[in-house]
Amino acid sequence: MAKVLVVTSGKGGVGKTTTTAALGATLAQMGEKVVVVDFDVGLRNLDLVLGAERRVVFDFINVVQGIANLSQALIRDKRLENLWLLPASQTRDKDALTEEGVGKIIAELRTKFDWIICDSPAGIERGAMLAMRFADEAVVVTNPEVSSVRDSDRIIGMLDSKTVKAEKGEQVQKHLLITRFDTARAARGEMLSIEDVLDILATPLLGIIPESQDVLRASNVGAPVTLNDADCPPSRAYIDAARRLMGETVPMMVPTARKGLMDRLLGRRAA
Amino acid sequence: MMSLRLFGGRAAPAPPPRSAPVARERLQILLAHERGLRGQPDLLDLLRSEILAVVSRHVTIDPEKLNIRMERGSDVSMLEIDIEVPNVADRRSVAVA
Repeated sequence: MAKVLVVTSGKGGVGKTTTTAALGATLAQMGEKVVVVDFDVGLRNLDLVLGAERRVVFDFINVVQGIANLSQALIRDKRLENLWLLPASQTRDKDALTEEGVGKIIAELRTKFDWIICDSPAGIERGAMLAMRFADEAVVVTNPEVSSVRDSDRIIGMLDSKTVKAEKGEQVQKHLLITRFDTARAARGEMLSIEDVLDILATPLLGIIPESQDVLRASNVGAPVTLNDADCPPSRAYIDAARRLMGETVPMMVPTARKGLMDRLLGRRAA
Repeated sequence: MMSLRLFGGRAAPAPPPRSAPVARERLQILLAHERGLRGQPDLLDLLRSEILAVVSRHVTIDPEKLNIRMERGSDVSMLEIDIEVPNVADRRSVAVA
């Protein structure tokens, strides 16, 4: 049965789009049929991170308005035949996205895909509300930092009250993904620890993605980090997280500080 | 840290105090407060519409001029209701005229 998964956070810049691309690609590699949907109207970026920016012809709102049908707007990934993208509109009015329109498209996607992964815009406005509205599950992306944790708490509250599932008296299954985790700083007590964040947000942990240059490198060339280098630390963490989403039990690897000479001299990795 | 100085680095500063425990404590206090406020707008909306209904039975008021605020303190909370009532005599005479 199709699952609608929203990747959300409240705060911007924490790694929602990176996460959507990495989880989408990994699930597709595992044989699942996946569509990643960009909800960030006016500020689309998922196409860029996936390297599909020059192949966008029609977008989500074109489909809502009946200018294009869904199959015309869906872009198939060039590397993974099971991965598809539904891009957000870049220019149009944000209000063009209606609950009814989104509901219709999600319902149609449910008949075609195993996973519908919705990349939420930052904030708690209309776009973010619509991205989570029809979700069955949610990945709450959090950095171990006060403002991100606070915003995640707010988003968790909204997942529990403003979604279709919540209104039916059911629960959106929530997963916490801690991203940009800097082990060295956490060890020095400069960054909230995993335990602190879990304790405060009381949401099951899906994974810990270490802060890494590999993420930037992958987005520079337009590839999900897991496709660009499946062996780098963030990719391994994302692959484990995807396996957990599939119901596998995978031991949680807490990233350990690297012990390179430069790291010891500098005391930290470049941010 | 000596090595840094040998390589011409700045003098090693004293290690900064651990700030994560402060972050944790501030968050815990803040979120306990914010979670308490959740659902609050619904209560205020309800109060607002009921107060409006009661007052409107006796006085003509502009719904826009009714302000309700709830302030939560640690011991007591304060509910502040502010209703602007227009000069009734004037309003009536205009209506009759």
